[in-house]
Amino acid sequence: MDVLNVEYMLGLVPVLLRYLPLTLQLAGIGMVLALILACLFAVIRVLRIPVLNQLTIVFISFFRGTPLLVQLFLFYYGLPQLVSALTVIDGITATTMGLTMHFSAYMAESIRAAIVGVDRSQTEAALSIGMTNGQMMRRIVLPQATRVALPTLMNYFIDMIKATSLAFTLGVTELMGATQKEASGSFLYFEAFIVAAIMYWIVVELLSKLQNHLEIRLNKAYNR
Amino acid sequence: MIKLDSLSKHFGKTVVLDSIDLTIEKGEIVVIIGPSGTGKSTLLRCLNFLEQPTAGTMTVGDLTVDVKKASRAEILSMRRRTAFVFQNYALFANKTALQNIAERLLVVDKWPKEKAYRRAREILDQIGLGEKADAYPASMSGGQQQRVGIGRAMAAGAEVILFDEPTSSLDPEWVEEVLGLMKQLASERQTMMVVTHEMSFARDVADRVIFIDGGRIVEQGPPSEIFYNPQDPRTKDFLKKILATNSV
Repeated sequence: MDVLNVEYMLGLVPVLLRYLPLTLQLAGIGMVLALILACLFAVIRVLRIPVLNQLTIVFISFFRGTPLLVQLFLFYYGLPQLVSALTVIDGITATTMGLTMHFSAYMAESIRAAIVGVDRSQTEAALSIGMTNGQMMRRIVLPQATRVALPTLMNYFIDMIKATSLAFTLGVTELMGATQKEASGSFLYFEAFIVAAIMYWIVVELLSKLQNHLEIRLNKAYNR
Repeated sequence: MIKLDSLSKHFGKTVVLDSIDLTIEKGEIVVIIGPSGTGKSTLLRCLNFLEQPTAGTMTVGDLTVDVKKASRAEILSMRRRTAFVFQNYALFANKTALQNIAERLLVVDKWPKEKAYRRAREILDQIGLGEKADAYPASMSGGQQQRVGIGRAMAAGAEVILFDEPTSSLDPEWVEEVLGLMKQLASERQTMMVVTHEMSFARDVADRVIFIDGGRIVEQGPPSEIFYNPQDPRTKDFLKKILATNSV
């Protein structure tokens, strides 16, 4: 058979769609946790909070300096060995942890750069009216930094959605894992993975649309 | 009342403020003049703790702070008593005109929302920008931005408003509206310290003019004395230079 088996591909769509929510869950939860962690790291780095700053530097260095797959295996196979309470850690938890830490390291750096890029007059004005450092960060600096960091953060989110496919190596049946199973049952590898690829692609495209909307909204204050 | 006792500021080995003694009464309008880089702005910034003074004590209202031992709480308290108007306006870019003015009331003074915005609206009307309430700084002219900057300082209910060259960044067409608002504040006897090169403003509005050079107060007195009968050769020299381009 030299042409694509289109009928098989169409039939596969509803089957694989059932696994898409898990993929989105992994990326969604991972992104929210990574963002929180990254903001924390960025603020620690910017304010140079002693001890925490050094720990953060090491953390970021490790999670940027090692492959995500290695980190996932460390969490999945390594953690139970290290912490006896965790006799088993399920693949979904290990993937979420891995994605969170890996991407928080990257995102912390881009958030930090965005914070540092906020004009000094803004922080001086905030201090001059008697704000504390925390109030200044929350109300003035972070909102302005968000606008600058948004495009790169969305890039990482897109990257994370695709990286969820590594979860199948930990036995998680998400979109990639399901496709692998279907393909090895039918031997129609090309058809199966094309369908999976298009699904990832559509999700990412929808996200890009969302990004445009967000950018327009965040830029509202800066239009002349 | 504001009282500075031997207030000094060093940047490394450079002495920017050299043991300044100064008392300013409530309701007094003080204009500070002098050559560039002689510590005028630094003096204002020290009062607002945007710079950490090196030595001396500062009193604003009922708070006296030994600057060397100033605690975090004292620094915050000092900042809340002294409002600052910046040369480059420094409005919060992510907030509207109304929010810029209300911000301090909401966040620092913890007023309820409704009360804070009502007060902010009053101030916007007072500075003649009622219709700009929802405009962001990027869409306002320099003059409008600086008026909001002054409005933000007014909201503080501070003991003193510190003006750091408030018209120096403005296109000439906007200078008058900002000076007009400052004159209005002065007529209400709002205590003000103004660093400026607008000599006609100093002459018309100031109760006292202070000439600073080399981090020291060289000469001070009512404008009539400083402008028309300066004693120190440095004051004479400075006035000769600046009045050549600036008619009094």
